[in-house]
Amino acid sequence: MKAATGSHTGTGTWLVQRATAVVLALALPLLLLRFLAAPPLDFAAWQALLAPLWLRLLMLLAAGALALHAWVGVRDILMDYVHATGLRLTIYMAVIGTLATSVAWLAAILFGPVFGRAA
Amino acid sequence: MKPVPRPVYLDLFRIHLPLPGWVSILHRVSGALLFLALPTGVWLLSVSLSDEAGYRYVSEVFAHPLARTATLVLVWAASHHFFAGLRHLALDVHWGEDLASARRSSLAVMVAAGLATGLAAWRLFG
Repeated sequence: MKAATGSHTGTGTWLVQRATAVVLALALPLLLLRFLAAPPLDFAAWQALLAPLWLRLLMLLAAGALALHAWVGVRDILMDYVHATGLRLTIYMAVIGTLATSVAWLAAILFGPVFGRAA
Repeated sequence: MKPVPRPVYLDLFRIHLPLPGWVSILHRVSGALLFLALPTGVWLLSVSLSDEAGYRYVSEVFAHPLARTATLVLVWAASHHFFAGLRHLALDVHWGEDLASARRSSLAVMVAAGLATGLAAWRLFG
């Protein structure tokens, strides 16, 4: 089992960072183009824009990749600047909580009652 | 063996970062900004999709100059992070590793992020 802190955890996280970067570099421009192609003018148009199942699945996939990517990045920053172990672990948990909640919340929005009928 | 003591200049007015150094530290800063903006973004999406009133509320939020300024900062952060990340992936496969190319690609990252931000500023405030 790998230690939660310290050295020798680098190669795995390095790969995660690159793999998620590639997913995001492909998915986000695609989503951006889709949104910029038809900016919504009202609520109905906004709902319709997000209605296609593939689009919502792509958003969720991107959000999952983003959460992993952000976790590795924020963890690197904290390892460099926060040296008190207890404080660092506390912030780690807050970061993981924030990311996990954000992704779960996004899933609830995208696959909840708003689109339940459309799906 | 004792390490040889090296001079450390933590005086920010004495440190001179080369351009790739700026791209690197701004990659970090922009990533942190994007992380901090994430929960607010999900919350705004949630409100905008809740009902008509929620959609109107979010539209009004984005009409405010402060929200537009924050959006512009995030456009810069997202574009800088994106282009600096592409540069990183290129360096990982050993493209453009010599000093001259590294400087050129750093300048390209700064310019590309600047252009994207300028375009967004024109759309948001023009």
